[in-house]
Amino acid sequence: MKRLEEEMIVPEGWGFVETIDRRDFLRLTSTGLMVVFAVKPPEGTFRPVWNFAEQQRTPPDFNAFLHIGANGRVTLLVGKIEMGQGIITALPQIAAEELNVPLDMVDCVMGDTDLTPFDSGTFGSLSVRVLGPILRAAAAEARAVLVQMAAEKFGAKADDFDVKDGVVINKSDSSKRATYGELAGGKKIERRFEGKAALERVAEFTVVGKSAARRDGVEKVTGRAKYAGDIAPPEALHARIVRPPAHGATLTSIDTSAAEKRPGVRIVKTGDLVAVLHAHRDEADKALKLVKATFTPSPSTLSNDNLFAHLEEVAVDKRPFGAAGDLAAGEKAATQMISAKYTKGYVAHAPMETHSAVAAMGTDGRVTVWASTQTPFPLQTQVARALKLQPDKVRIITPYVGGGFGGKSAGAQAVEAALLAVAAGKPVRVTWSREEAFFYDTFDPAAVISIRAGVDASKHMVLWDNDIIGAGSRGADMFYDVPNHRTVTKGSWSGNTGAMHPFAVGPWRAPGANANVWARESAIDTLAAKAGMDPVEFRLLNLKNARMRRVLEACAKQFGWTPKPGPSKRGVGVVCGEDAGTYVATMAEVKVDAATGAIKVVRVVCAQDMGVVVNPEGAKQQMEGCIMMGLGYTLAEEVRFKDGEVLEKNFGGYTLPKFSWMPKIETVLVDSPDVPAQGGGEPAIVTMGGVIANAVFDATGARITQLPMTPARVKAAMTKK
Amino acid sequence: MKPIAFTLNGVAKTLTVDEDRTLLWVLRDDLGMTGTKFGCGASFCGACTVLVDGKEVRTCVTPVSRVAGKKVVTVEGLAQGDKLSPVQEAFVEHVGYQCGYCTSGMVIGATALLNENPKPTRDQIVQGMERHLCRCAAHQRIVDAVESAAKKMAGGRK
Repeated sequence: MKRLEEEMIVPEGWGFVETIDRRDFLRLTSTGLMVVFAVKPPEGTFRPVWNFAEQQRTPPDFNAFLHIGANGRVTLLVGKIEMGQGIITALPQIAAEELNVPLDMVDCVMGDTDLTPFDSGTFGSLSVRVLGPILRAAAAEARAVLVQMAAEKFGAKADDFDVKDGVVINKSDSSKRATYGELAGGKKIERRFEGKAALERVAEFTVVGKSAARRDGVEKVTGRAKYAGDIAPPEALHARIVRPPAHGATLTSIDTSAAEKRPGVRIVKTGDLVAVLHAHRDEADKALKLVKATFTPSPSTLSNDNLFAHLEEVAVDKRPFGAAGDLAAGEKAATQMISAKYTKGYVAHAPMETHSAVAAMGTDGRVTVWASTQTPFPLQTQVARALKLQPDKVRIITPYVGGGFGGKSAGAQAVEAALLAVAAGKPVRVTWSREEAFFYDTFDPAAVISIRAGVDASKHMVLWDNDIIGAGSRGADMFYDVPNHRTVTKGSWSGNTGAMHPFAVGPWRAPGANANVWARESAIDTLAAKAGMDPVEFRLLNLKNARMRRVLEACAKQFGWTPKPGPSKRGVGVVCGEDAGTYVATMAEVKVDAATGAIKVVRVVCAQDMGVVVNPEGAKQQMEGCIMMGLGYTLAEEVRFKDGEVLEKNFGGYTLPKFSWMPKIETVLVDSPDVPAQGGGEPAIVTMGGVIANAVFDATGARITQLPMTPARVKAAMTKK
Repeated sequence: MKPIAFTLNGVAKTLTVDEDRTLLWVLRDDLGMTGTKFGCGASFCGACTVLVDGKEVRTCVTPVSRVAGKKVVTVEGLAQGDKLSPVQEAFVEHVGYQCGYCTSGMVIGATALLNENPKPTRDQIVQGMERHLCRCAAHQRIVDAVESAAKKMAGGRK
């Protein structure tokens, strides 16, 4: 238990991992200025991407707490978490900008259900886009309060004062000055308000829009950064849980006697869980191997071989997503038509940190869980429900998260740790093995997407008929000008809609949009080729959206695109996409090995209009990550499964992008000061499937309609062509 | 159980543990060195890499007995006090990380690579780091960092 004596600062290694309790927190914030800002974003600015029933009884979402103490340090308290996306730097930048304090005066406490305000989770590229303006409003309020206090102190008007580096200074008499710390210290000032987010004043920004060094670098290169699996309360035991071999298999018999004979081993049974506990993880691993358990076979008969036929069979009652005009009229007007079916399998999240959690019972009847999670507040409710406790008896603390990509929106490991800790009467650590991580992952769903489309004699698109099974609707908005279009969907990218999937599916970085954009842009490219047009010119001809056009032109300029109808044998491709409010265009150059069908991506250029960019370097890191990670689902990643068993056990069979795959990556941020900050964590990845597919078509004339584009599939398509 | 002696980050250690205990978990559970990470348990990902006598070793598949009498360096042992090693400095400068979970192994792997080959070409860096996985896909910046560290270290040796 680390006691912080004076002000709230973020201790080494992470926030409050070590940890301070609620009472200490209240004492620390008992003086100084505390601003609590609660707001619901205006209608239409936020499309819900997750629907927690629990949200009904929680306070309004997207709140910000901000504290300024006697030493002038600013502490942001936010329910978001840091999983590599860099908001531990970008959010303080926003507050520093508004408060006129140096960035290094701002600390950020994240994802602790005792200390930070409710937040539904870190996903959907929402942190800067939605929380950013709210933080800015809270900071503006804090600044106004402090300026007013300075004015009162010197018997002048607030308008007479400026703020520079955290010092409030009288404009005409600079001897009348007070630091934020002097103004806030020794008093207890609290402002609670609700309202609208502050307006942008882009031209005046000095911190926002400038690249700031990431604040997590030194901790991460020295090994000091703490992740959930690094937390080791006294007497904690590692748990390894007996698992079924397949989804749908149930336990019929179990013999733990051999495991129990090993020194230091405890067997704990609670509910459906049977676990082997030991102080050392490797000893627990060995003991688990000695447990003899038998299971019923899984009732599932699905495998990669019959998957797509199954999806088409169960996809009845499709829901309309978007429509305009009249498909029959479009078909009549069309002089050239295409029709294609695109299929993709399940894709794993595979963050390098497997799901981990450590649960400890307090003497006060409360349970603390350190968890690798993207959703600490929903997880609090989930753990409380499992333990039959009120949610306020459960505290979730989120240290650094070792990658999430949507997969850590689900938190079964935290529930397991909590149940086992209660049953064992000791703190329990659960770190899923890589095999468990593959087995219990909430995969990006398999999908079957059918598109019929047509152009008239003037090469204008007149028909778009899009039928989506499995992927949901994200990324399926039609931003090209098509007078007659219709999109229908069946199945969501989240949950498991009954008989559709043999295991759970869930949000995977830009959920569904990777599949939908790939299918759409493949079809657009096919239309362009059929019309005998260069794919960029064809898109521009059918595109009025000014932001999209500008991004496409910026990308073409950086790439050095010269128009030529495909297939031009040059191996170049283009894609347009829109995600999380951001417009993105990507171009790529590939080489295809005619003998093996192997694709080598040589160069990728990606341009984005993401509105105001808070941290340009941070935004580029996200774009580069999207591009390189996107090569995985495009070229290699596909979960093999059979009869409820996940055949992927580790990285020997399931291939992630490697150093040798690395193309030359160039990123372009299109200046867009009139648009508020939009999402940055996901947009670029939605373009990767399409841009590679289109570049492969350009190189070979073969159109690959299944992801991933493995050498065998490329070879087959080239032979069929 | 025979005592097993080795040096860990320059400090002599003698442990009395089963000789088939896994080095990764001895480091993490017995010695509290949590900078070394568990990623796959089967030597595919590299998150658990440490230096043993200057060469990279995957601790998740290494019995502790294998380091008897040897020098083990974990990510915690690279900096001299607050002074980061050239490789660590370059990773910070080039932002060769995102979530940071693979970073310990990457930094150690790059250190071993430069121990072996102080002037690698970019292709040699790619090949040398190939068996380290990074899901956030910071690859380009990691290669930049290793390249820059090599240059800096070469400068220092002149």
